[in-house]
Amino acid sequence: MIRHLLSAADLDRESATTILDTAEQMDRALAGREVKKLPTLRGRTVVNLFFEDSTRTRTSFELAAKRLSADVINFSAKGSSVSKGESLKDTALTLEAMGSDAVVIRHSMSGAPHRLAGWIRGSVVNAGDGTHEHPTQALLDAFTIRRRTGRLEGLRVVIVGDVLHSRVARSNVLLLHTLGVEVTLVAPPTLLPVGIEAWPAEVSYDLDAVLPKADAVMMLRVQRERMSASFFPTQREYSRRYGLDRQRLARMPEQAIVMHPGPMNRGMEIAAEVADCVRSTIVEQVSNGVSVRMAVLYLLLGGGSRRESRRRTPSRGGVMSSDDALFPAEES
Amino acid sequence: MVIVPGSAFPGGPTIGSPRTILDAAAVARVIDRIAHQILEKTGGAADAVVLGIPTRGAHLARRLATRIQTFENVALPVGSLDVTLYRDDLRLRGVRALEETDLPSVGIDGRLVVLVDDVLFSGRTVRAALDALGDLGRPRAVQLAVLVDRGHRELPIRADYVGKNIPTSLAESVRVRLSEVDGRDCVELDPMEGGR
Repeated sequence: MIRHLLSAADLDRESATTILDTAEQMDRALAGREVKKLPTLRGRTVVNLFFEDSTRTRTSFELAAKRLSADVINFSAKGSSVSKGESLKDTALTLEAMGSDAVVIRHSMSGAPHRLAGWIRGSVVNAGDGTHEHPTQALLDAFTIRRRTGRLEGLRVVIVGDVLHSRVARSNVLLLHTLGVEVTLVAPPTLLPVGIEAWPAEVSYDLDAVLPKADAVMMLRVQRERMSASFFPTQREYSRRYGLDRQRLARMPEQAIVMHPGPMNRGMEIAAEVADCVRSTIVEQVSNGVSVRMAVLYLLLGGGSRRESRRRTPSRGGVMSSDDALFPAEES
Repeated sequence: MVIVPGSAFPGGPTIGSPRTILDAAAVARVIDRIAHQILEKTGGAADAVVLGIPTRGAHLARRLATRIQTFENVALPVGSLDVTLYRDDLRLRGVRALEETDLPSVGIDGRLVVLVDDVLFSGRTVRAALDALGDLGRPRAVQLAVLVDRGHRELPIRADYVGKNIPTSLAESVRVRLSEVDGRDCVELDPMEGGR
């Protein structure tokens, strides 16, 4: 079915649901155990190739791979030959020559994981590329919503803030739409990307108007490091119109949850007291992230070794064989 | 009730439709017998925990515990243990969907764990289950109950409780059907399926 996870759009409803179900079972398989380790990916090597700073995504992937007994190589651009000017392709080929089965890549350029997938034989997992996509974040967000509310189909999710620079928003819109969720994007017009009308989501400029009908509200970080121009007059004004504070929380339905992919700008897009309240799933999202990434690594790497099967066929292009299918028929 | 046609042996004629080896009444009797045997062999099963291997093993485990409760009025902790992540054939046969793991809250430390599966064949599923148990805790002892033992072991593993020994050829396949999953109880031998 899939060899790489590059975009949330690659997942149809069935495969997305499979990942979420697998994550749920992973979580249960490890619940309450002293030894949080499974032997499933023993002998596999996962490379974390991070060209951009990251706390939770990198450690989350590392932990997920280690819990499945894979060997993990962490590679960050700082302190590597990248600072000597080595290209992405040469870096990737070097890592592949060392025997990696999967590369988890974060890069500041949109599309870098797609390029990488054409160069190497192992699986590529997009851990965030520029302002483009972050599919595992969308999966863990969907997982968190499903856990808290018990379902996804027919829910209303509001995504608020810096949609223009957000790979999280794009991946979430694509995935949640696939899973039958109605998504509403709320942002100042300056922070909405060109072509937003083609996204499978509603767009609103008025947060207060959409909050009363929301089942989950996802606050996006204002990405000041990607902002070259001024997109709003002052932080204070942004916070007043698009920040989630206690008064806005009170407008939401009682069981609605508050989400944030992190890292947060407390006091800017989300008030500290809201971030720490019981309806906030921010810490849960982090721990769910490990289960979801375990599921992704298991589904991509758990089956037959592609590197081995490719070695038999010298062609580099690599046509997927039928045993690459995610799920062969179940048998007892 | 128990119909064992003479042609069900290796080398015999292999063309035909599935044959019923155990019907619903026979399956019920076999489960009752295993429940009695567990009680007998463990002296009342006081510290036993019954863990079924999904899918059908988990249902069998629940039935065994129910029957044991009927016979001796002891409520045994029941759970299910998915062993997919411990299998040694994932690379050969591709990724599979995971099943439910649900351990009883009493845990397995110091307990007698009775593993339950529908068919004992190569023994590799049981090997995986033993590895999984080792990661979950330290049972006092582990026993194995299966509805059908069809032979062809690839590992030095045997069952403590066997519902029915069915001699098979590798070309045949044994199908256990349970009402919880398949709508009816029976064990069938399919001559042309080819292995599991």
